[in-house]
Amino acid sequence: MDMANQARIKETAEKFGKDSVVVILGGGEAESAGLTAETVMTGDPTFAGPLTNVALQLPVYHLFELKDLIDPAVYEEQVSMMEMVLDVDEIIAEMDNIRKECSE
Amino acid sequence: MNFPVIKGTGYVLVHAPNMMLEHGTTITVEKAKNPGSDFLKAIPDHIRSFEETVKYAPNQVYIGNLSPRDLETIPQPWFENFVEDADRQGKYGEIMPEKELYGLMKIVDRFELVELNEEFSAEIKEILKAKDIFTENQLALFDKPKSMDEISALVKNDTAKGLYDGDKLLGCVREAHESDPCLTADVVFENLVTKASGVLAMIALFKKNNIDPSEVDYIIEASEEAIGDMNQRGGGNMAKACGEVAGCINATGIDMRGFCAGPSHAFVNAAGLVQSGIFKNVVVMAGGCTAKLGMNGRDHINKKMPLVEDMIGGFAVLVSENDGVNPVIRTDILGKHKISSGSAPQAVIQAIVVDPLTASGMKISDIDVFAPELQNPEITVPAGAGDVPVANYKMIGAMAIKRGELEKKELMEFTKKHGVIGFAPTQGHIPSGVPLIGYIRDSMLAGEMTNAMLIGKGSLFLGRMTDLFDGISFIIQKNSGELSMGQDSSASDEFKQEIREMIAEAMQGIADSLARR
Repeated sequence: MDMANQARIKETAEKFGKDSVVVILGGGEAESAGLTAETVMTGDPTFAGPLTNVALQLPVYHLFELKDLIDPAVYEEQVSMMEMVLDVDEIIAEMDNIRKECSE
Repeated sequence: MNFPVIKGTGYVLVHAPNMMLEHGTTITVEKAKNPGSDFLKAIPDHIRSFEETVKYAPNQVYIGNLSPRDLETIPQPWFENFVEDADRQGKYGEIMPEKELYGLMKIVDRFELVELNEEFSAEIKEILKAKDIFTENQLALFDKPKSMDEISALVKNDTAKGLYDGDKLLGCVREAHESDPCLTADVVFENLVTKASGVLAMIALFKKNNIDPSEVDYIIEASEEAIGDMNQRGGGNMAKACGEVAGCINATGIDMRGFCAGPSHAFVNAAGLVQSGIFKNVVVMAGGCTAKLGMNGRDHINKKMPLVEDMIGGFAVLVSENDGVNPVIRTDILGKHKISSGSAPQAVIQAIVVDPLTASGMKISDIDVFAPELQNPEITVPAGAGDVPVANYKMIGAMAIKRGELEKKELMEFTKKHGVIGFAPTQGHIPSGVPLIGYIRDSMLAGEMTNAMLIGKGSLFLGRMTDLFDGISFIIQKNSGELSMGQDSSASDEFKQEIREMIAEAMQGIADSLARR
């Protein structure tokens, strides 16, 4: 996750409280989605950005995991193409793993 | 009124390992922040030799010695499976070593900002003379070398950036103003590299296609650099600056910017200028970019690869009046990402691929080959950015599935049939569709391809002025041989009818006057 986004997440969590923030990812690749999830849970694993050693433990999901919560018409119009293109199962499995590994 | 044609292409690469170390932003930022890092220490073991870059299959495709289809048969990693009989000279251009580019930077410099030492000046003059593409006046610039003491002093007091061959200082690029942040040695260096590689691409276009540069009317330069001073940071005009060196004495030009989509916008504009009759011959061109060298170097070293982002790219393409032979640009089938289109990938593909085809009564599978961003996957996959062309082909195929044109199980086959493997360096505007035009033109001239769609996409958020996405597409089609291809037939019919009516009226007048006698 780049420096600017780490700063925005940190600022948002501080402003609204950790309990009021959910992070939703839209990345197209399992490994990078996992790294982003790790960053907002236990801190920046590259020790480079504002979330270094900051364990926000924010709830984090990939958009594909939230399909049931989204208006089907909107999902069809905006996401259905990418669902065919990307490896959805791999992304969801990685998100599950990271949440288990990083939860306190 | 007539569709314009793609009359010729030129493609060049420069192996620039020292520029990667001195000007690639990933490495320069690391040097400033963590000067003793493991990443920096590991770099020397991951530098490629010039010979290795010539034998690197994607580079051979870029200069036209191999086709993108040939690349599919060469196993990866390409940095280990070399093309053994590779030549640095190609059908479309050449692969140049860094030292020759230093010489070219001296030739294109109009303000005595590039200084070369005595030994290197003499050496490079002979090398460039043997290429037989530079004039006596251009080569005479090497007769005024600077002493090593002067060059070392300029670099040491930070008023110049060094031109290195490993640890050896060969010369420098001086700052152009003592207090202007837009004319520092760094900025001038970067712009001179873009200029030199752009000029090299133009020379390749003219020489490889027997085109007289004096016939060029207009040049559109489509790189991502800003040329100007502190009062007009992006004032321009790189197009005219390159045309001057390349011998386009009858041309003027303009710089056109749109991040990676810049070149596609430039082609649409060039096509419009030619089809309208404003200009007969328009060159769309761009040199490469030093900042992006080694951009994903950290990942490449972590994956124990060589630093394969060590190539500067350049291209030049001539758009001309319909000659009945060369492939045409179908200016009546254009895709554009509108301000209201939306930034979701699906909305982008809908706007720039599906909508123009639907409007023309075509299916997605009617297009033989799509040319989206053509980044070499060997550079992007290890960096976690995926295989960019394949992702684009899958998105286009997925839209065909959604439209009922394709079965879901046919998706992978679609990507292979209507796509090519990526082979371009990750130089922003360089991989954006344009590298395939040479192959497309050749295939159409050989009767092996009917049409192709070029897709330019740009991430405008990088400039922080808008978070809108951008994209523009156009179709290249085999020439039918009819010189009226693209003529507005309805307007022409109307005109003919008007003439018929005028003649009829005149005849009636004559008949009436005869009857009155």
